[in-house]
Amino acid sequence: MTTTPLPPQSFVKKEPGEASVPAPGRGRRLTRVEKRAIAAQGKLSSPWASLLAIVIAVLWTIPSLGLLITSFRPELDIRRSGWWTFFTSPEVTTDNYQEALFGSSTNFSTFFINSFVITLPSVVIPISLALLAAYAFAWIEFKGRSILFVAVFALQVVPIQVTLIPLLSQYVDWGLEGSFWVVWLSHSMFALPLAIFLLHNFMKDVPPSLVEAARVDGAGHVKIFFQVLMPLLTPAIASFAIFQFLWVWNDLLVALTFAGGAPDVAPLTVRIAELSGSRGSEWHLLSAGAFISMVVPVLVFLALQRYFVRGLLAGSVKG
Amino acid sequence: MDWLTDAGTPAEKLTLMVVAIVLFVVVMGAILLAVDRPKRIPNWLVVLGFVGPTVLAIGFGLVYPGLRTMYASFFDRGGKNFVGLDNYVTAFTQDQFQIVLRNTALWVLIVPVVATFIGLVYAVLVDRTRFEAVAKGLIFLPMAISMVAASIIWRFVYEYKPNQPGVNQTGLANQLLVWLGREPQQFLLNAPTNTFFLMAVMVWIQTGFAMTVLSAAIKAIPDDIIEAARLDGLKGMQMFRFITVPSIRPALIVVVTTIAMGTLKVFDIVRTMTGGNFETSVVANEFYTQSFRFNEQGFGAALAVILFVFVIPLIVYNVRQLRLSEEIR
Repeated sequence: MTTTPLPPQSFVKKEPGEASVPAPGRGRRLTRVEKRAIAAQGKLSSPWASLLAIVIAVLWTIPSLGLLITSFRPELDIRRSGWWTFFTSPEVTTDNYQEALFGSSTNFSTFFINSFVITLPSVVIPISLALLAAYAFAWIEFKGRSILFVAVFALQVVPIQVTLIPLLSQYVDWGLEGSFWVVWLSHSMFALPLAIFLLHNFMKDVPPSLVEAARVDGAGHVKIFFQVLMPLLTPAIASFAIFQFLWVWNDLLVALTFAGGAPDVAPLTVRIAELSGSRGSEWHLLSAGAFISMVVPVLVFLALQRYFVRGLLAGSVKG
Repeated sequence: MDWLTDAGTPAEKLTLMVVAIVLFVVVMGAILLAVDRPKRIPNWLVVLGFVGPTVLAIGFGLVYPGLRTMYASFFDRGGKNFVGLDNYVTAFTQDQFQIVLRNTALWVLIVPVVATFIGLVYAVLVDRTRFEAVAKGLIFLPMAISMVAASIIWRFVYEYKPNQPGVNQTGLANQLLVWLGREPQQFLLNAPTNTFFLMAVMVWIQTGFAMTVLSAAIKAIPDDIIEAARLDGLKGMQMFRFITVPSIRPALIVVVTTIAMGTLKVFDIVRTMTGGNFETSVVANEFYTQSFRFNEQGFGAALAVILFVFVIPLIVYNVRQLRLSEEIR
């Protein structure tokens, strides 16, 4: 090491034209080979780095793998030996899933349907409302627009805990507590601030000339919204839809509060949490149940990962 | 029309779901149709059609209940008698709740830092390697599952069996201890270390988030900077310290604060793993227990407000950093 590295800040705050670094590659894209070479040079001394990466990856995978294997082992084996003995004496059964799904004491299939019934409207409704509102905030001039938008933006701060007790007593007054209606309504209302914020960001990226052109042609706001903006926004909608889907499907607090333990409404998460509390050592049911609840979100997630990452970056980094 | 409120069979539930969605579409369609007359309809009516339902929903679902809760936090458990700041005094002075506050503070300080650190290291390690996509997928996946399922997964890791001849450990953590010749432990029962074992679950979930965002930030570092640094002779750790970390500083701060906000509201993990017993409770869990199990309405409301107040500085800092990072760009 002969040269002193530049103070780090200079890299971040450097003006675009300011050539403080004598870089031969400046101004051209690097080829793939060069990038690899740089990457290789920049690596933390390689074998140890790879080892560390593998250790982290294994640490992150083993717990789920263990439970997955357990869910396919016979009940007695689960009680008597650890799941790692599976590799020396493999014995596979689907009885756990049978019992978890249809057994009278667990009946996860019912709760699976509840989860599904809760989730779909709770995704469709807030996205539709948020799209309309985001459109108005982005493309309709009206008095108090920026104040209203800032207010909606700021409401993301509110933790939903703050709203639960008054909302519940309101629902009880209406006689609707423990029904799907209030769960849908609550999920939709809670999702709106973030949804509007994200979709507004994406909407602002649409070139104004497109909207102007449609306006000149005599299209009203509704027409512009459906014919010009909606097709361009499909990826944005997809990325928020995944967020909302995962959030609703995986939610415990909202469902616990508004659906309670009612087997007609409560989703899988509530049932599994309950089972974990009351029969916490019945691992053949818990393991199967956990994976029944994971199948759908994991599939959706893997299929639409691209949109998910996009939404993640739009929400947290782009701002 | 019983099934409208008490759907029992799967068919009824699915029908109800379709009905709800159709109902929503029809109502929104009617509103939009009504305002879709260019020129003849005043602007404010169009705005009302687009923004009205949302403002109504947010007002009813967030603003009004929020204010009600703040108001309720100054009353006793039935909500009848005004007690001033008593609920807050209780929350901050009684031993039992001081433990709750201490735990919350530990969670918010430790989880974001550890998750971000591991996420960053991992993002750097797998960046531009051949296995990048798969390697990231493994860390990423816990984000897709519910915290309840994650808690089940980890409770199984911590499972305890007494150390007797003829009894095998079934939890991996205790089996490792036994293999190392140590006594198996009640990981979730022994305070104060049990809180840290709960935190591990949150770290496990949040590291994927940190890794994804930071990895994108690392890829956004201009190539010429890296190449220049390389020509200057920077390698390995130095590259990491003097180039990577400073370049992605804004993203790092955003990640830490975002995870901190999520951690502050953590409820599912504590509830599923220990139910808040054995000195593991945090504010969000205690809120639920007090409000809905003990029916302490005023005190529960005060805990919710405390949660709210704790979130504010995090958000303010987060937004300011976002602004700063945008100015730099």
